[in-house]
Amino acid sequence: MSSCPECAAELNLAPDVEEGEIVICPDCGVELEVMSVNPITVELAPEVEEDWGE
Amino acid sequence: MSSCLTLKIGVLCSRVRVEEKMIFAALRERGVDHERIDARQVAFELGDNGLGEYDAVLVRCLSHSRAYYLTRWLESFQVPTVSPHQVVATCGDKLLTSAALQEAGVPIPRVVVAFTPEAALEAIEEMGYPVVLKPMRGSWGRLLARVNGRDAAEAILEHKSTLGGYVHSVFYIQEYVDKPGRDIRTLVAGDEVVYAIYRSSAHWITNTARGGDASPCPITPGIADLSLKAARAVGGGIVAVDLLETADGRLLVNEVNHTPEFHGAAQATDADIAGKIVDYVLQVCK
Repeated sequence: MSSCPECAAELNLAPDVEEGEIVICPDCGVELEVMSVNPITVELAPEVEEDWGE
Repeated sequence: MSSCLTLKIGVLCSRVRVEEKMIFAALRERGVDHERIDARQVAFELGDNGLGEYDAVLVRCLSHSRAYYLTRWLESFQVPTVSPHQVVATCGDKLLTSAALQEAGVPIPRVVVAFTPEAALEAIEEMGYPVVLKPMRGSWGRLLARVNGRDAAEAILEHKSTLGGYVHSVFYIQEYVDKPGRDIRTLVAGDEVVYAIYRSSAHWITNTARGGDASPCPITPGIADLSLKAARAVGGGIVAVDLLETADGRLLVNEVNHTPEFHGAAQATDADIAGKIVDYVLQVCK
């Protein structure tokens, strides 16, 4: 079980979550990036940059 | 090409979106050895072939700059990239895209480029309102402006030249096409049009990233032909082509994207999009 670095809410992530996936904290709504899956660790996701896109 | 069981594919990305998860699943289904390469962890030295172990690299970077430079580096030691550096360079710049399309005889909306607010205003007045001002680089429908009159034109040109970096002072002015509440997005992989969808919205910006709804669109011969011509014009590979329908029944190519998102299309169509992408990547392996 991992927790949100912003609000400390406990995170219950899907079993097929992938490294690099963005998940939303169910309590505070912040975007989190999954940094590792075994064990699960998350960090605040980076802000969208100007040159991001398709 | 070697047997796909002996190949190793790199998927260059930072964020893993729905699309990347589908691509990883398609690679697993085909039994293809693959690794995610996080562009944020890469530092390369020219002459070093640090990613030479891959038979091909699929570029799924959110960042245009990272895709642009990393594909150039990978090509220096002959690792095929999808899409290649030249395609990334062309599709990442609206003027280079429009120029490639126009030179290939692909119908596009009228485009004028100017470098000062004064020259841009004169060009806008000559083109006639409304016009669309677009950032030379940008995606997801961000920083687009439909300019309906001179007051708005003067304000937006001043804001762009004052608030942004220099690149925002290169003014890309496009004829406004009064489309029927939707545009058409197609995906091309090599010589195949994988899907076509309508992207509908009450707003004039119909990108799914901005809330446009995806629904199936028949791949007519006209849509297929234009999509393939547009893809070839920018260098081919895997690209998404955005088409506009004019009031008098013509199709114009608006933009071409080198790292297509397809979550909306995956819900709206039966096409095995990730599978087609992976099959194309396997085709181009060294």
